[in-house]
Amino acid sequence: MTLAHWTNRLAIGALALASGFAGGAATFYSPVHAAGGEPIHIERQEWSFAGVRGRFDREQLQRGFQVYKEVCASCHGLKRVYFRNLVERGGPMFDEESVKALAASWPNQIFDGPNENGDIATRRGALIKRPALLSDPILGPYDNDKQARAAQNGALPPDLSLITKARSVEFHGGVFAHIGQMLMDIANGYQEAGANYLYALLTGYKDPPKGVTLADGMNYNAAFPGHQIAMVAPFVDGSVKYQNEAVPRTVSQYSKDVTAFLAWAADPRLEERKRMGWLVMLYLLVTAVLLYFAKKRLWSTLH
Amino acid sequence: MANHEDTFKPGSRLSQWLDERLPVARMMHGQFVDFPTPRNLNYLWTFGGILTFCLGVQIITGIVLAMHYVPNDKMAFDSIEHIRRNVNYGWLLRSVHAVGASMFFVAVYVHIARGLYYGSYKAPREILWILGVIIYLLMMATGFLGYTLPWGQMSFWGVTVITNLFSSLDAVIPGLGTAIVTWLWGGYSVSGVTLNRFFSLHYLLPFVIAGVVGLHIWALHVVGQNNPIGIDIKTKSDSVPMAPYAVMKDLFALFVFIMLFAWFVFFAPDYLGHADNYVEANPLVTPPHIVPEWYYLPFYAILRAVPSKLGGVVLMFGSILVLLFLPWLDTSRVRSARYRPIFKWLLVLFFFTFLALGYLGSKPAEGIYVLWAQIFTAYYFLFFLVLMPIVGVLETPSPMPRSITESVLGDRAAPAKS
Ligand code: HEC
Ligand code: HEM
Repeated sequence: MTLAHWTNRLAIGALALASGFAGGAATFYSPVHAAGGEPIHIERQEWSFAGVRGRFDREQLQRGFQVYKEVCASCHGLKRVYFRNLVERGGPMFDEESVKALAASWPNQIFDGPNENGDIATRRGALIKRPALLSDPILGPYDNDKQARAAQNGALPPDLSLITKARSVEFHGGVFAHIGQMLMDIANGYQEAGANYLYALLTGYKDPPKGVTLADGMNYNAAFPGHQIAMVAPFVDGSVKYQNEAVPRTVSQYSKDVTAFLAWAADPRLEERKRMGWLVMLYLLVTAVLLYFAKKRLWSTLH
Repeated sequence: MANHEDTFKPGSRLSQWLDERLPVARMMHGQFVDFPTPRNLNYLWTFGGILTFCLGVQIITGIVLAMHYVPNDKMAFDSIEHIRRNVNYGWLLRSVHAVGASMFFVAVYVHIARGLYYGSYKAPREILWILGVIIYLLMMATGFLGYTLPWGQMSFWGVTVITNLFSSLDAVIPGLGTAIVTWLWGGYSVSGVTLNRFFSLHYLLPFVIAGVVGLHIWALHVVGQNNPIGIDIKTKSDSVPMAPYAVMKDLFALFVFIMLFAWFVFFAPDYLGHADNYVEANPLVTPPHIVPEWYYLPFYAILRAVPSKLGGVVLMFGSILVLLFLPWLDTSRVRSARYRPIFKWLLVLFFFTFLALGYLGSKPAEGIYVLWAQIFTAYYFLFFLVLMPIVGVLETPSPMPRSITESVLGDRAAPAKS
């Protein structure tokens, strides 16, 4: 039982109280982008990296990268993450040699401007590219958005480097329950709404309910605002073969793992930040206490 | 206060030499060591110092950020990500600056509320108060300009919506509003040109604020601080020298404040921001809800409470400008709300109104939310323009202590000697 766990328990208790205050309204979350219609429910998940003591689970990040590489990378880029980041502390921490090899064999190569001969394209018109190095970004398959749309039926698969920060969920419920929840989230250092949404999206593929007709090339997704998404369900149970046999090969597990990986991609300094946070808080607390007693002593001579 | 005892003694030959030529050290000693502060100040009086700290933090982190930031519509978003990911401690700098803006506003709201409750805007502190309102306006402008810089979706659309407000002036003089908007944008839409000039101004305004803060503190040191009972310092025992007494107290409060600040910086740096600002600006895609930063929400609610665009804009600016006239709108001679049994509750209701407007500003402007926003907006103006002048005349103040010393020491107070 972690501290975060107990504070969450407390939060739920406080929430129950507070929502009672607001007339017993049920509280839930929906994606921020949902425009009108019946609100969508997004569940909160347990994340190892959530909360003031949150850390990434190294193995989970490695599995998540495997899912990204084998599934998502065929449509989505990760351009703000560099291969070297995969080696660095606080991330998946693969060993350097294997990441070098990975970069060299990454199918989406680097366009570096004109080559030694001043050419930028081959005779057949393809851009001249070179294999990636550790210092290069992890690119997706398309050279630009237009190419992506052309290949994806007009839809644009967004770069995933910031996706867990670029999505959020909205609170539904009474004013007081909302305020209570905000205070608890601040006290817990909980800002994982984007991860909750992403998990809900990846596990949200379902048969459309009766009476819903999908537009051409669209798929039904329970979490996506409007419910019609151009992205096909990226995986089914068993699609990705994890090395560790003990880890379930299920859609839900894949979704968790790739979400954790993308949460790291969006916030690669999370561990450093939280670790430093504790030192800073400790320093501030000790100094504040000393200052308080110094002040008290000083003022006591006055009366 | 200008006429207090001077205990400055030059410590060395050099400092004596300097003192005879440019007595800066003597002035600082007079203003920040000997300066008499009322002995009954509570912790709400520590926020001026906290605000000075906030200003310093924003300026220092801002200058360093500007060394890495690129004010160009094609590169701004990428440069912020570069700072977050690749610059040494860039993530820290950026969090401190972004969270710092919010903390600055937390502090300024407490500071203003303190002023309202204890009647610090009344004679002889009118100029001090007005300078404060000017600082507040400058802060809002600076925050708004700064929020443009990451060039995310909310930056872009926030600027578009807010600058567009000026086009409502078309209803007064046809073409005037549009001309102003075009002039602000530097073109016919928000673009890289707009970003570039907003960056320039965002860098400039904090130094203007620093200048006005200088005047603000100057004015404060001419008239002296107000205090919780609102009665002036009359005898020596009513005050204590600023150093070490007030300084020590300020320092303790500052550290408690920094703890809150650091909590956000390290554990929830994105909590106060908006997810849409992690999506690069795109003029072709409008986000479904465009909301400003939390510290503008009460005014945003007032803006949207009014069905007419021009009316909304007028009320929104009016809601801040009305503060300039408080020293004359409040007709009561008693400063502290502590001794004003009716006004006190009207003021508490006003604080609630302000918070409620903030909440409503974050909600879509539809249905019941609009009605509530209208009710609270009405009270906002009613409070300042009607209740404040009337209550000041009608109300009978409750009994007050005779002096600061008496209020602190009660019966143990020595007979006043002047
Ligand atoms: C076959 C191509 C393809 C694959 C594989 C794919 N996606 Fe997508 N993805 C898309 C397209 C196309 C869109 C745009 C959908 C739209 O706008 O309707 C999209 C959109 C998204 C979005 C944005 C949803 C939103 O809220 O706007 C996320 C997040 C996402 N994909 C994550 C993933 C992840 C994680 C994986 C790997 C597990 C993945 N995708 C695999 C094509 C793909
Ligand atoms: C950058 C922002 C600001 C800074 C740095 C600042 C600084 C200070 C300082 C150092 C003091 C003395 C300490 C104290 O009484 O807390 C003070 C007092 C005061 N400030 Fe500000 N201030 C700022 C903004 C404002 C604003 C926005 C207002 C009002 C609209 C305001 C109104 C006052 C008043 C009335 C006093 C005198 C209070 C009293 O003596 O009771 N200030 N300020």
